[in-house]
Amino acid sequence: MSGGLYTQLLDLACGAFLLAAVIVLWRRELAAIVRVFALQGIALAAIAVLLGAHEGRWDLVGVGIGIGLLRAGVLPYLMRRALAALAADRAHSEEVRETRPLVNVAASLLTAALLTLLAYAVARPLTQLNPTSATRALPVGLAVVLIGFFVLVTRRRALAQVVGFLLLDNGITATAFLATSGVPLIVELGVSFDVLLAVLVLQILTTRMREAFGTTDIDDLRELHD
Amino acid sequence: MNATVLLTAPATVPMVVAGAYALAGLRTRSTPAASVTAGARTAAHGTVLVAEEPEPDRPAKRSPSGWAALVSPAVILACGSLLAAAVVHDGPRTAYSGLLRADALTAWLLLVVGAVALIACGSAPAYLAGEWTAGRASEQTVWRYHFLVQAFLAAMCLAVVTANLGVLWVAIEATTIVTAFLVGHRRTRTSVEAAWKYVVICSAGIALAFLGTVLIYYAARQAGIAEAWALDWPTLVARADRLDPAVTRLGITLIVLGFGAKAGLIPLHAWLPDAHSQAPAPVSALMSGVLLSVAFTAILRYRVIADAALGPGFTQLLLAVVALLTLALAAGLLLAQRDYKRMLAYSSMEHMSLIALAAAIGSPLALSAALLHIAGHGLAKSVAFCASGRILQLTGTARIGRVRGLLAGAPATAGAFGLAVVALTAFPPFSLFASELGIARAGFAAGAALAWATAAALLLVLVAFAALAARTARMLLGPGSPGEESPSGLGPLVLGLAACAALGVTLGPLTDLLHAAAHAIGGQ
Repeated sequence: MSGGLYTQLLDLACGAFLLAAVIVLWRRELAAIVRVFALQGIALAAIAVLLGAHEGRWDLVGVGIGIGLLRAGVLPYLMRRALAALAADRAHSEEVRETRPLVNVAASLLTAALLTLLAYAVARPLTQLNPTSATRALPVGLAVVLIGFFVLVTRRRALAQVVGFLLLDNGITATAFLATSGVPLIVELGVSFDVLLAVLVLQILTTRMREAFGTTDIDDLRELHD
Repeated sequence: MNATVLLTAPATVPMVVAGAYALAGLRTRSTPAASVTAGARTAAHGTVLVAEEPEPDRPAKRSPSGWAALVSPAVILACGSLLAAAVVHDGPRTAYSGLLRADALTAWLLLVVGAVALIACGSAPAYLAGEWTAGRASEQTVWRYHFLVQAFLAAMCLAVVTANLGVLWVAIEATTIVTAFLVGHRRTRTSVEAAWKYVVICSAGIALAFLGTVLIYYAARQAGIAEAWALDWPTLVARADRLDPAVTRLGITLIVLGFGAKAGLIPLHAWLPDAHSQAPAPVSALMSGVLLSVAFTAILRYRVIADAALGPGFTQLLLAVVALLTLALAAGLLLAQRDYKRMLAYSSMEHMSLIALAAAIGSPLALSAALLHIAGHGLAKSVAFCASGRILQLTGTARIGRVRGLLAGAPATAGAFGLAVVALTAFPPFSLFASELGIARAGFAAGAALAWATAAALLLVLVAFAALAARTARMLLGPGSPGEESPSGLGPLVLGLAACAALGVTLGPLTDLLHAAAHAIGGQ
């Protein structure tokens, strides 16, 4: 692959990766958010595959495909299943929408822009250490980490919080790929396994929350306080 | 004995026991359960009435045996002692081409984990029998409880014995996942809420630590360390001076915040009082007694790398600020506490922040004191939590205001709880007295800024002491009617208190190990 094409494709994948995170902030239908999250998983896999192809490391391409399967296939499937269980109950039709986020959409998008700027500022020493076309895209990963945190803090639906956690995780994985072409395989496997289990646990807890509270609005979690 | 065996056993034996419990649980599920369970339940009721003598056969036949769970703590303790003897004489041992590694700190922590697990698993059968009688536990939940606790022990031991910082992260995150259902075991509103907060805050917090790990890995790769060794702790320590300072600074900040979340330090501490108050008492004992310390040990390991790369000033400031803020918050909330399990949880935050302060001071005395404090706090807090579980079963309430005259009503349990709180408030002869004294002495010897920080910390500790003492006195003293109290399951609590007091009087054969452990994490 020629250098110019590689850079362009990498930038395209990173752009799509960041855009997906911003769209998650914009949409309110949880089903749409899950779809966008799956697209982000594909962008993440593309980043890994591009890096692997560029460096001629086929193990990295394999890891990229594995990550794609997990983050664009398995995790969205789990969330869709949880969503279907919520939507099945007509009495709670508002369960599948993020009805009242703590910060409204316009302010969220503005915050995303600010967070991206912040990510570029923070990542400057990281890029300076080894300026290549991959590390120049590194701020994108950090921006998605910050946006993920923002989603986690401001969204009130349990499943939207799960998406926030996964955005955070996607951002870290992207940072790892862009900075160092991925962490060693054993660590990557462990991390992916942990993420998968965490989502399974959260999915089961969502169901229990529905049973105990009658809703998945985490604003209703107010039993425990000092 | 072979180092490979000693390093492998602490993580694999609990995993095997967990597997056995899982298999046994699946087999009971597949048998036609309804009539059997009903029969077992009446039988259990019958035996509990005469449960004065500890009867290991009853749970083995009716409800799942809790005594098999003691195999893992015994193995962990044995491996810890053998490794301790080995590393003190001949230096660190490794296995699987450096993936697992034991230095003195590893051995010290294995001993602490083993001892606390012994207390927790030893008092679990009595606790579960109480839950069973109260109708809050079924055969399924008991099997699941044992399976998850053993998996929890396995993950924690893996975090202790690994030298690879990536695997360390994976193991600590795994502890969050396996304990989630232990925290939320009762499916009530409060326990579901606690479990949700626990998983979300801890997973997100520890994700930051992973980002920090990635950045350190990046700095290491750029410093010319090969991929296979760039997350290896000894390699990183040896070549830390070549790491890029700017990247390392960012990475270490994220790591302190991330692992700090798991260790109950500000700003991501909010899960701790909820989770510790909702989990079953033996699990709270394990989480508070050792999980917090194991997570903090990760910070201790990274501190060595950061100090070599950046000089000691940076981590010192970071840890001191985090420690003082956490201590202030814990002391403030202890003053207003009305729930005794939450009170113990905030006391854990208080002690973790003292350990963080000792890490900030960083002198050999401070680090030895921090490690001794980890051991003393683990023993005393696990006894306190196990006793609080018995109090909860006896009185049916976790409110401090509704518990009076425990010493008259249930003298054995109340005595264990009272002595554990006395240990936690750092009275001699318990070892927390020696370690807090050590931290204070090290702090006042370490320069003006740290001396002021230590003085502020001591003042806050005094506030926490007053709060703990007043509330515990309120619960224990006063008139009360003598109730029936089964003495089964008290043995481990007595053992834990005795060990904590013994550590305070003399370290005995552990002296060399403690000093070697402090040396391994930078107490030169």
